[in-house]
Amino acid sequence: MNRRDFMRNVLRGASLIGLGGVLAGVIRKANASNTVWQIDPWKCTQCGRCATECVLELSAVKCVHSFDMCGYCQLCTGYFEPQPNKLNTAAENQLCPTGAIKRQFVEDPYYEYSIDEPLCIGCSKCVKGCTMFGNGSLHLQIRHDRCVNCNECSIARACPADAIHRVPAAQPYHFKSREGHGG
Amino acid sequence: MIFLAAAKFPPPEFSETGHQIPGFVAPAARAASLERLDVAVLVLALGLAAWLALRQRSRRGLVWLGIFSVLYFGFWRKGCICSIGSIQNIALALSDSSYALPVTVIAFGLLPLVVALFFGRVFCSAVCPHGALQDLVLLKPMKVPEWLEHGLRLLAYVYLGLAVIFAATGGGFIICQYDPFVTIFRLSGNTIMVVTGIVLLVLGVFIGRPYCRYLCPYGVLLGLASSVSKWRVQVTPSTCTQCRLCEQACPFTALNPAITAAPVRNVKTDKRRLAALVVLLPVLVATGLWLGGISGTALARKHRIINLAERVHLEESGTVTDTTDASNVFHASGTPPEELFAEARKIQHRYITAGRWAGIWIGLVIGLKLLSLAIRKERPDYEADQTRCVACARCYRYCPEELKRLGLTVPE
Ligand code: SF4
Ligand code: SF4
Ligand code: SF4
Ligand code: SF4
Repeated sequence: MNRRDFMRNVLRGASLIGLGGVLAGVIRKANASNTVWQIDPWKCTQCGRCATECVLELSAVKCVHSFDMCGYCQLCTGYFEPQPNKLNTAAENQLCPTGAIKRQFVEDPYYEYSIDEPLCIGCSKCVKGCTMFGNGSLHLQIRHDRCVNCNECSIARACPADAIHRVPAAQPYHFKSREGHGG
Repeated sequence: MIFLAAAKFPPPEFSETGHQIPGFVAPAARAASLERLDVAVLVLALGLAAWLALRQRSRRGLVWLGIFSVLYFGFWRKGCICSIGSIQNIALALSDSSYALPVTVIAFGLLPLVVALFFGRVFCSAVCPHGALQDLVLLKPMKVPEWLEHGLRLLAYVYLGLAVIFAATGGGFIICQYDPFVTIFRLSGNTIMVVTGIVLLVLGVFIGRPYCRYLCPYGVLLGLASSVSKWRVQVTPSTCTQCRLCEQACPFTALNPAITAAPVRNVKTDKRRLAALVVLLPVLVATGLWLGGISGTALARKHRIINLAERVHLEESGTVTDTTDASNVFHASGTPPEELFAEARKIQHRYITAGRWAGIWIGLVIGLKLLSLAIRKERPDYEADQTRCVACARCYRYCPEELKRLGLTVPE
């Protein structure tokens, strides 16, 4: 073995020990399962960046509706413009720019509101209306059939409320519900 | 507060119709089994690349493997997590004990490095989708002058230093943010990065692997590991006959000509130059330390908390009258500004420390680079520069000995 090979062996050994050290440093708190990005709806301030900052052309964020929190209000502040002409489904009365919310009569005086997901662009307009004046049952979530799980979510980077973090892939949603409020 | 809001309108009973309140159907996240499959494919691809590059010496095999990697790791997996980016996750996990790292990320970060310690940069040859994509578009290689090559290659070392600073301080993952090719794999992304990706690919038709050579921070680590690798690319399968046929073979300026007779030089000036460079080394490191500390303060302004603290300070002092989305959230939280400022100061300190380390690193790299350029080396054969060689296997067939080995006639 010449001197050059010897030096290489020594350095290789040292590098392996170094990599072993790095491994030891990170393996203790390593997660067997993967993690994915999700919005904490209780932190979200409906700034609208979710629709524009995602790396996907059509954001991976969509509105979801926690029906068990909903008041089934006739005048839904997530559905209607602040001063609607009429409480009907005409487009000019709707808050949603893409008409993604379906309004259906259930029984007097209750209406059910559901999201037509393919139409929703995650703009948070309805969420804002519902959170400010209603029960806050409409909220945004990252949909995992669309999200490509960027190493760093570009919406998370832009979110002014620091509402987007990684969660275990086994529980990939943070839905609002009547019981689970806040933290 | 929030809970009260939730009770504004009590949920209805539906006594008449007995309407059932619907639940959720939500698509699951990517299955854990698929994550494990990714790691298995990575291991297999690394093994195959090493075998194809060093044992089979097959360029064609590597091209096919490269196409597979571009399709699988690139277009199908849409990029994340990749080995290049994973060094940021690892840096963050080492500095922030609350950050938990998935095993997949550790595997993508460390396996190619371990393999490089034994087989060289076979990861780059055909496993990395970024490298494979650039390799596939390289049709008309042009030479880059050596002085420019040396200079540009330093950029990657600087980029590595910056990426580690930002990652370790919690300031974000700049490698991901400025990744030029992930936008191509996703066929979507912000306009600037889409354009950058296309420009780099077009450039890559003429300049071999521009991202790999001049920017890739992971390539720096792989190059260092590869420089002490056990097995390596050898142009000739037997002995070099100094025919010089392979001289122009490498499109990545990674093929070192043989230096048999040392060029006639003045020994005295040589020694003096060497001594000057040895003295220069600590000067460069000290300069790096100093500049690193300064730039740490500047770079810290990109951090969310520091940004917010500056904003809140402006608002408190009455310099600005409006508020931003982020400062509104902060005011609503009721946290005293002093707490925010204290945290910002802590983060700024971390940046300064990290900046100093990065400065030392860059000073050291430049100093050692100059030294290695000044040291006279003897090289009996034409051989690949191990830090630069990406084991693409293009050079083998330039060697008449290789053609003999393959039973092909030597072209006259
Ligand atoms: S960026 Fe943040 S605050 Fe804005 S809508 Fe999305 S989650 Fe809500
Ligand atoms: S208003 Fe915006 S967030 Fe709400 S359903 Fe429509 S597109 Fe989706
Ligand atoms: S991780 Fe990527 S794809 Fe998913 S929501 Fe964030 S930016 Fe969009
Ligand atoms: S240098 Fe970087 S981008 Fe190029 S192949 Fe290697 S790891 Fe991939």
